[in-house]
This record gives sequence, C-alpha cells and structure tokens, in this order.
Amino acid sequence: MTCLVDLMRPRIGFAALRLLKAAGCEVIVPKTQTCCGQPGYNSGDRHSAKALALKILREFADCDYLVAPSGSCAGMIREHYPRLFNEQPQHLEKISELSRRTYELTDFLVNVAKLQKIPGNFYGSVTYHDSCSGLRELGVKSQPRQLLAKISGLQLTEMQNCETCCGFGGTFSVKMGDISTRMADNKCSAIQASGADAVALGDLGCMLNIEGRLRRRGDRKTRVLHVAEILAGEERV
Amino acid sequence: MQLASMEFKARASEKLRDRQLQQSLSKAQGKFVFARADAILELGNFEAYRDAAADIRDRAIRDLDLYLEQFEQTATARGAVVYWAETAQDVNRIVCEIAELHGVRKAVKSKSMVSEECALNQALEAAGVEVVESDLGEYILQLAHEPPSHIVAPVVHKSKDEIADLFEQIHRKPRKTAIPELCREAREMLRPHFLSADMGISGANFLIAETGSTLIVTNEGNGRLTTTLPRVHVAITGIEKVVPTLEDIATLLRLLPRSATGQAITNYVSITTGVSGEGESDGPENFYIVLVDAGRSKLLGGALQPMLRCIRCGACMNHCPVYQNIGGHAYGWVYPGPMGSVLTPVYAGLENALDLPNASTFCGACAAVCPVKIPLPDLMRMLREQQMERGLRPWQERLVLKIWAWAALFPAVYSVFTRIAARILNWIAGEEKLLHYLPGGQGWTGGRDLPAPEGQTFRELYRHRIR
Repeated sequence: MTCLVDLMRPRIGFAALRLLKAAGCEVIVPKTQTCCGQPGYNSGDRHSAKALALKILREFADCDYLVAPSGSCAGMIREHYPRLFNEQPQHLEKISELSRRTYELTDFLVNVAKLQKIPGNFYGSVTYHDSCSGLRELGVKSQPRQLLAKISGLQLTEMQNCETCCGFGGTFSVKMGDISTRMADNKCSAIQASGADAVALGDLGCMLNIEGRLRRRGDRKTRVLHVAEILAGEERV
Repeated sequence: MQLASMEFKARASEKLRDRQLQQSLSKAQGKFVFARADAILELGNFEAYRDAAADIRDRAIRDLDLYLEQFEQTATARGAVVYWAETAQDVNRIVCEIAELHGVRKAVKSKSMVSEECALNQALEAAGVEVVESDLGEYILQLAHEPPSHIVAPVVHKSKDEIADLFEQIHRKPRKTAIPELCREAREMLRPHFLSADMGISGANFLIAETGSTLIVTNEGNGRLTTTLPRVHVAITGIEKVVPTLEDIATLLRLLPRSATGQAITNYVSITTGVSGEGESDGPENFYIVLVDAGRSKLLGGALQPMLRCIRCGACMNHCPVYQNIGGHAYGWVYPGPMGSVLTPVYAGLENALDLPNASTFCGACAAVCPVKIPLPDLMRMLREQQMERGLRPWQERLVLKIWAWAALFPAVYSVFTRIAARILNWIAGEEKLLHYLPGGQGWTGGRDLPAPEGQTFRELYRHRIR
C-alpha cells in the first residue's frame, strides 16, 4: 500500500483490496510497509532509496506479485529499483526478480488476474487522466479504460491532452509551486472542458494536485476519483 | 551569454504572468507538437530510426578522439584550417585573431548556439568588427538586444506585432503587419550585408569525419549565403557534433527536422567541404573550423555521457510542460528546457544553476520524444544526486528528507507520525475537508487547496479489520 494512500486515502487502499479479491487473489498488506523510497530517490538521496528498496524486498519476499494502486510507485519498483543496485550484484538479482513481478493495479487486473466482472457501479461521465509514470514507464493506457468500459452506466469522455503532466511531480509541487499550479490549472481546464462529471486517475499525487486546484478554482462539483474507487464500488460491510 | 540560471524561480513566476508570452508559447506548442506527431508517422518505423540514431551518436562519442582526428585530417586535406578551443574565451580569441589576420570589418552570422555560449558577438564588436545576425529570428533578437529563448526557434517568445513595432522603429519604414512583408523587409535589409561582409560565421549541425565536411540544416537560405559569399568562412561547433560517415548523416537527417519542426526535410541542407578550388566561383577562399570543448569533455566517460548524443532538435523543450508554460528565458542561459537543465549545470557549474535539475516533474515526455533516446529525467536525477552529495540543497530540505528517510525505515515511528498527521490535518480541515494553508507548504497552498486526509491511516484501519 502506497504511503500516500496510507496517510491520505485509506478508502482507495480498501477499494484495491476488494478488486484484487474479486479477481480471485489472496491479498496481504505487510504491516511494516512504509514507502517505496521515491521521494528520496527523486530528490537525489540514493542512499535512503536503496535502504527502503531492500526493506520492500524483504516485506514482499513471499508474494507472487506486488501490486500497487499507483503507476508512480509501481514504476519506481519496476523501472528504478534495479538501477539502484547496478553495482551490487548480491542484491541485483533479487531486486530484478521483484521488479518483474511488480504491477500497477489496473495493469495487473487486466493482464494478469484477468478480472471479468467489475464489482462497482457508476452513473455518469468520466474523463481519464493518464498519470506520467504509469503511462510512460509502465505502458498503462488502455488498461484502466478497458475496465471502466465494463461499467454499464459509465460514459468515458476523453479530455484534450490527457497525457500531459498535471504538474504534481512530488517535491516539484512544493519547490516550484507557481509552475506546478499553472500546470494543474491547465489540466483542470481540460477536465472541465470535457464536461465530465468526474475525473478518474491512477495516482494519489495527481489526485491531490488536481482536486486541490479544482477546489481552489471554485469547482466543488467535478469529482476526483481514483480508478480503483470507481471499479470497486461502495463498500458493503 | 550572461548566466542568470540562479534566478530561475523568480523569472519563471514572472513569465507565468506575462500574457503576451503565454499567447506566443501556446501558439508555438501546437505548431511544433502536432507537426512532429504527423511527421514521425510518415516514417513508419520511427522507433527503429531512434535506435539507429542513438547508436550512431554513441559510436561517434565512444571513439570521439579518433573521429575528431580523422575529421581534422580530412578537413585539412581539403584546405580548411582546424582550430581547437578548450574554453569559450579561446573561441573568441581564435575568431578575433582570424578576423584580424584577414582585415575583417564586417561579419555575417548564420545561427550558432555555440557562439551564444561564448558571447562571440560582443567579443568581435569589442575588436572593432561589425556583426550582423542573418537568421531571421536571431536578426530580430539582435535588433531587440535579447537572447534566444529556444534553440531552433530563437524568437518564439515574440509576437508578430512586437516584431512589426521593432522593424518600424529600427528600419524606419512604414509599419508592416503581414508576415511575408516583414520577411521581405528583413531580407532587403540583410542582402547588402551578405555582399559586403568579409567573414561568414556559421555553426555546424554535424561534422563528417570521412569527408571533413561541416553540415548545416536551415530553412531560410541565409546559411548558404553566409558560408559561401564572404571570402572567409568560420564554422564553430562543439566537439561532440562529429559523426563517422555520410551514411550516418542520412539516418540522422531523417530524424532531426521531423523532431524539430515536423518537416520531412529542411529547405536547405548545406554540406561544406574545404575551400573553393581553382576555377570554382563558389565558396570561401579561407575556411576555418573551430572545434569547441567548453565543458563537453567533462561529460565523457561519466554517467552523463548520453547527453553528448544531443542533436539540438528542441523536441524535449517543445514537449516539456514546464518549458511550455514559462518559455526559454526563465532558464537563464543558452540552452533551455530539459536538455538545458542538464547542459547548463555541467557547462556553467552545478552551483550556478541549482534550480534547473529540479525544474522537472519527471513526467518523461522529453525522453519519450528525444530522437537519440537521451534519458533526460535520469540525467537530471543524477544532477540532483550531485547537488545532494555536495551539500548544495538548502539545509531545511536536507533535514526534512533525512527525518523522513529515517522514519520510513522504522515502521513503528513512521506510523506514529502518520497517525498524528492524519488526525491533525483532518481536524484542521473541518467540514470542508480542504486545507487552504499549510505552514512550510506555501509552495502548494499558494495556488491549491490540499484535500484533507480521511483521519485514520490505512494501516491502522487494516489492522483492526484483519484482527
């Protein structure tokens, strides 16, 4: 479970669990898990990223697959972990093996678990924002759309420039606040121009950024939802 | 060129508020991005071309010394004189000496970004040589006393109306507004300079080792006039621009214009080999080639070496959402956008360009379009690592990272932090579930609200449920 889901949006974590269970998987969330190390890695602190990578490696040693409701975290593990250990062959093999069994949630549901029946319902139009890491590092493009298309009441309305970055970029959003805000603003305009009732996406960072800018612009109406929330539907206790 | 990269953030904020600039930028973005997308479709197997081009550039750079020596031999055999310039100052000294040797009073220039690195125009002017930029964009900038804001379209930041005003004021002719008329007026002003100049100064997109030729791609024809009409021709370019063979050029030329402007080929591709021979009416009597290091060799053999593959197409900046919103001047030196965020810290010093490697969300659009597959975000990340290692980041940032990294390794501590944070932030946000202000987080809350946490962390809820 990603650190942002843990802190900000537990309900997305539970939605992901319901989807994986619906796909017939046995799901474990390691109790000691914290963060994949990306914030440090992208801020130039390779050392802390490596320590956290080894921690993740231990925590998921017994799992067949590692699935994250985030293209950014899955991309970190799949694309970047092996590079961290290029010069340490004693870890490289295991890390590479972990990276190969790591998936972004929708990618896993479509291509590995082959989820057929979507538990969730949604009535209205949705526009999809392609998060950068998922799209460009992992090739997550059609997977969320295929899943959303299976919901009968949901109408997918593409926005202009759906592949353009929303301006989050981790610490970039705080270090370069003005530029980041403008990028978020452009994204919000595209979302609103699509006329959709909700924007769906696959990463918490983009979600907080886009929702935060929409609300500051005075838009209380457009819903900002993680794709897992839509697919998993309301929780039935 | 004066280095102002340390003012990146302030300049960027200013550019974000500049309405006219914002209009020019959004126009240009559409033009370049869509034109490129169409142009690469024509190729069919664009990815295979990218692989081949990256391979050609890698081969040249791996044996750079050999190809440069071969180039020197072949170029010299055709009557050119090759100079090696270690620094920008060396370039200026060499070109001024050549000008003095030949009694040069006027030089026309076609576009050369390397000469911008060196501030060559100022050096020549100080030596009493009149310098006239002949690339339309560069000519406009020379009149306006501004630096270029893009490596391919240097004047992309200016509107047609601004240029019309400038021409009216400087040329002292009735104000024109149609683009063809403005171009014609510039051409009329420039033509006499080509005829009266003693020296032509050009850059080179490529150096061809097997033939000793320099190659330039242009759209205006000014490059050909600059390299052939004056009696002295000086070509100035970086040492990394060498490629082994003409065959290699064929591959690279399929990618360069398509990536840059979306053209299948530019209006002119000029290959210049040696001096004019006996009985030949075209070409310079004296041909000098200045091969410039100015920081390039520092990249050799290191992790940043892939940057030397760059063929200066500008696709990375055209597709960069940061560049698209702030333009090139905010970057504060010759090279803007993602390629500049790598080159400026290397050429001008990491400590003089602290923000540039951080001026990216790592969205990956630049790497995805780069025709020679330079992993630009990875290179920027390496520079961030160097900043961290050299203690060049602010202490507050380093401290926060340290605490975070430490806590993340200790799940018990981490969960205390997150439980407290989730509760406090949720409580402050109240009914509205939005935070409008965060101490220390004004970068975020200046333009956005922060949606509040739900109040409890996933891990504590999960623990309750599986119990």
